[in-house]
Amino acid sequence: MHPFQYQRSESGSQAVAIVAKDSDAAFIAGGTSQVDLLKEGVHQHSLLVDVAGLPLRQINDFEGGVRIGANATNTEAAYYPAIQARYPAVSEALLAGASVQIRNMATMAGNPLQRTRCPYFRDLDQPCNKRTPGSGCAAIGGYNHVHALFGASAACVATHPSDLAVALSALDARVQTTGPRGNRTIAFPDLHRLPGTTPHLDTILEHGELITSIDLPAFAGRSHYLKVRERASYAYALASCAVALEMDGAKIKRARIALGGVAHKPWRATPAETLLAGQQPTEKLFQAAAAAAFADAKPLEHNAYKIPMGRNLLVRALLETSGLQPLQGPAGTAFAASVGGMAGQVATPN
Amino acid sequence: MLTEATGQPLDRVDGRLKVMGGARYTAEWDLPGLAYGALATSAIAHGKVRALDIKAAQQAPGVLAVLTYLNAPRLQPMPEKVGGTLFRGEGGITETLQPLQDATIAYAGQPLAVVVADTHEHARYAASLVHITYDEAAPELDRATASRQTLPEAFTGSKEEPLQVTVGDPRAALAAAPVKLERVYESAITHHNPIEQLATIARWEKRNGADYLTMYDTTRGVDTLQEVIAASLNLPKDNVHIICPFIGGAFGSKGWLYAPALLTAMAARVAGRPVKIELRRQDMFSTAGQRGATRQTLSLGATRDGKLTSLQHDTQAQTSMVSGYVEPCARVSRMMYAVPNLGFAHHLSHLNLPSPCPMRGPGETVGGWALECAIDELATELNLDPVELRLRNYADKNPETGKPFSSKHLRECYARGQELIGWAARNPKPRSMREGNSLIGYGVATTMYPAARREASARATIFADGRALVQSATHELGNGAYTIFRQVSADALALPLDRVHFELGDSALPKAPTTGGSATTATIGPAATAASQAVLSALKKVAILDKKSPLFGATEDAIEARDGRLVRKANATQGETYEAILKRAKRPSISAESTTKPGDEREQFSFYSFGAVFAKVRVDEASGSVRVAQLCAVYDVGRLMNPQTARSQFIGGMSMGLGATLMEATHYDDRNGRAVVRNLADYHVPSMADTPDIIVEALNIPDPHISVQGARGIGEIGCVGTPAAITNAVFHATGQRLRSLPLTPDKLLKALAS
Ligand SMILES: Cc1cc2nc3c(=O)[nH]c(=O)nc-3n(C[C@H](O)[C@H](O)[C@H](O)COP(=O)(O)OP(=O)(O)OC[C@H]3O[C@@H](n4cnc5c(N)ncnc54)[C@H](O)[C@@H]3O)c2cc1C
Ligand code: SF4
Repeated sequence: MHPFQYQRSESGSQAVAIVAKDSDAAFIAGGTSQVDLLKEGVHQHSLLVDVAGLPLRQINDFEGGVRIGANATNTEAAYYPAIQARYPAVSEALLAGASVQIRNMATMAGNPLQRTRCPYFRDLDQPCNKRTPGSGCAAIGGYNHVHALFGASAACVATHPSDLAVALSALDARVQTTGPRGNRTIAFPDLHRLPGTTPHLDTILEHGELITSIDLPAFAGRSHYLKVRERASYAYALASCAVALEMDGAKIKRARIALGGVAHKPWRATPAETLLAGQQPTEKLFQAAAAAAFADAKPLEHNAYKIPMGRNLLVRALLETSGLQPLQGPAGTAFAASVGGMAGQVATPN
Repeated sequence: MLTEATGQPLDRVDGRLKVMGGARYTAEWDLPGLAYGALATSAIAHGKVRALDIKAAQQAPGVLAVLTYLNAPRLQPMPEKVGGTLFRGEGGITETLQPLQDATIAYAGQPLAVVVADTHEHARYAASLVHITYDEAAPELDRATASRQTLPEAFTGSKEEPLQVTVGDPRAALAAAPVKLERVYESAITHHNPIEQLATIARWEKRNGADYLTMYDTTRGVDTLQEVIAASLNLPKDNVHIICPFIGGAFGSKGWLYAPALLTAMAARVAGRPVKIELRRQDMFSTAGQRGATRQTLSLGATRDGKLTSLQHDTQAQTSMVSGYVEPCARVSRMMYAVPNLGFAHHLSHLNLPSPCPMRGPGETVGGWALECAIDELATELNLDPVELRLRNYADKNPETGKPFSSKHLRECYARGQELIGWAARNPKPRSMREGNSLIGYGVATTMYPAARREASARATIFADGRALVQSATHELGNGAYTIFRQVSADALALPLDRVHFELGDSALPKAPTTGGSATTATIGPAATAASQAVLSALKKVAILDKKSPLFGATEDAIEARDGRLVRKANATQGETYEAILKRAKRPSISAESTTKPGDEREQFSFYSFGAVFAKVRVDEASGSVRVAQLCAVYDVGRLMNPQTARSQFIGGMSMGLGATLMEATHYDDRNGRAVVRNLADYHVPSMADTPDIIVEALNIPDPHISVQGARGIGEIGCVGTPAAITNAVFHATGQRLRSLPLTPDKLLKALAS
């Protein structure tokens, strides 16, 4: 671990000011991602400014939706009644991620800002453009089992690992920030970038720009999150998806779909969204939507399995969200989100 | 009258210590003046160090020393054999590369420098500043094209473990068989991943003018390590003292790879201070051993009514450039079924990958998986119930050696296992059962484990205050050794459990072999019993010669130990406590040491444990996810020393087998030989949500031949068998055979699409 200074910030503006003027400085909140990367030597910050103590932990009703303070923990947000009841995709995504211990530390701002699980990113002896710009991409031509199907570039084929981000993208959450150039609101789907030629930049946040809250806009439909992983708990998604459906009588008024584990950011399946709008929900329709969602997928050597997996997952998510099939567990819990359920005689408690 | 402690389901005697943080593990020892070492390791898998720039590291804060091959102390070569186990050469068990002796690089992650500093953080930071340049050569990473390929003669040099064997004429019998089946099975590299990483603390002193080295190490073989260190550093054995009272899991690691311990000893020598090196989790994927990947071909010939006529099991194993270790995959095939024509071969390719070593069920876990899957495939081919096919080929004697089994009750295991899982209620047709989104399947596999027993010594001491101590240099690695050997000793000493202590994990104690091969119970139990009997015999002699004793003048045969007293057999009221005898003799204590070893019975019988494992799985077809709904096993392992600690061993082994089946794999980059996944977030071991409520039963029938206790070992049998039971259940659920471990969703989806 590179030696670093540590400082608690007294206010958001002070934190922003300190980090903005030092290109090697960074924020730390729960530390579950930041400390890991410091220990691996992937991050070599000279100064850490702790923002976890800032009064940004409140979760409130806000403009018909919910405002989630940046420092609310993943656990607090997941079990917040209005979120669990009205935005179950968010609770499901949170509770299907990491472990209880990590969720108790992890913050709502830190979670979408965690970095890729591309294994090469964490090995200093392998080239990686995201970690060391210009060094190359070891995953291309290497072991790319967990890598992207969409929006990748010749510089980087990594995926974003956050479950929460996928749900927030489907719900068109808004990110409030305060930065060296003042405050702004970012539509969640715009927060993360595609790798292009600058894979070292995960998001459009400026250096020193602090997230203050994540706002869930008013939403009267149903939402749901599904995740496939290599073990039943405590594993990142191989593929996931979040669906937000608004109905108009028996027809779909608007569908929003974000796919996880397939791109450098939560991947909005716009062709599928368009195809669903105004239609009567049927399994056949959902299959067509899933086919449309993955029509442009570009697999690498080891990740083609994500195409059938992602398609099947999306069909199931649409069936379950629309009510054509029952959820696999209570809405707003990890059981609803976890494809395959748990080991044992009963896959999920009711 | 005391009830016998052996066989009781007692709590672990060290359980509270462990839970309360009172059990001290290697990295937790603190010595005055302790300094910390950190490794700088090779970025490349093959080649030579061109230059090592250590200036920045030397100048970093707190740095005391930097060792590289240029300045490190010289080491003697790794010994040829230790304790009868072959170390060097093809089939040898250990890595022979002595660290920091020259510039050659055999695998990525090989230690190339050690930085010693005043704190752990300073050491690790400075290690990151060591700048190494290389003359890189193309690494050899492909088993099939490797330039060094061999046919090792015997596993670890043991005459009982030949690796190339033919009984009868399997080839001709296969050609003539009415039903033939040839299948290829592949298994991935896996890692032991104990919670506790490898660690060593080394301290040098002068004693009577001579160098004396004390080491705290995570080893599960204090005596073996003592020999390796003494030989490598050219010290008299008695000047090396190894201590390890607790191990945080090993599963085959921590036994046979010595580079971390040697590096610590060298670093402490150069730094002139005690030094601790604790491996990082990342290093556990390069310097702590692994199970190598395998490719196995099973060829079975059978009659139409399901009698095996030929069985050939050929393994392509892999090892590093600096080890001859071979995964002995035919260990199950060579003994399981009554087949007249039996052959097996092991082919070994040397690669630029880290060295493998034993891992829970070495050979049996993946070799048994291949065999038991092939048997299942044969049952399908013959349209026979898989249990029935196994019964038709039931072996009453070892098919390779012809020796009868010492004790075998496998039929009962199959029968009870079928009841536990509800075998009869399933629809035997593949792909016929469903629940919700899931396909349902049932599978069975036979399991076994060689019931090894080795030579060991123990010392028993009775103190004048009525307490007793029994000691042997064996190990506690979560196996329950402290508990069961206290039980065994208490019974042999006729004392209540709370008056007996058992000590282990110290090379100064009476000699014991490296803990492994599921041999500890059968090895140490008899030694502890014999030492206890020996000390009682010595105590009897004291009483017999003591005029004031009620036992004065009796013969030894006429005296027995009962409830902490020596009494006349003919009249138990005539006797006295151990304390009384010792106090009157003015002796603070009395001790005796015994050595026990297996004898002639090994020539007469074939010693194995057996079992039957049954699994029920759910397969989510859309995602390729497999979940184990039920896992049941019935074992025939001789007498249980402690049903509670035994159960933990069984379910621990089965969980590990479940992990090997469904999720565990370490990928190495096939361009440069670096481990791609090196942490426990991305290397998956089973979580609680992956393990069902595992049901285990043991027949608890004592083995009349293995030892006085009648107990065979149980450390590994749980891991064996489980993979095939689950894989066969996945076939029954889906109708698809998967022949590559682990059965991850990507492979399931591919198979289901076909
Ligand atoms: C073993 C393991 C398993 C995991 N599994 C999953 C999983 O299955 N699914 C999943 O989604 N996640 C998973 N995670 C990731 C976990 O959710 C994140 O580590 C966590 O959410 C990060 O939050 P934090 O508060 O600890 O962030 P920190 O580690 O403190 O910070 C993360 C990043 O966010 C920045 N940051 C923090 N707060 C702010 C702010 N207010 N404004 C601007 N920048 C900020 C920091 O500078 C840093 O770059 C796992 C993590 C671990 C260690
Ligand atoms: S995919 Fe991206 S993160 Fe992974 S090695 Fe390539 S550049 Fe680095």
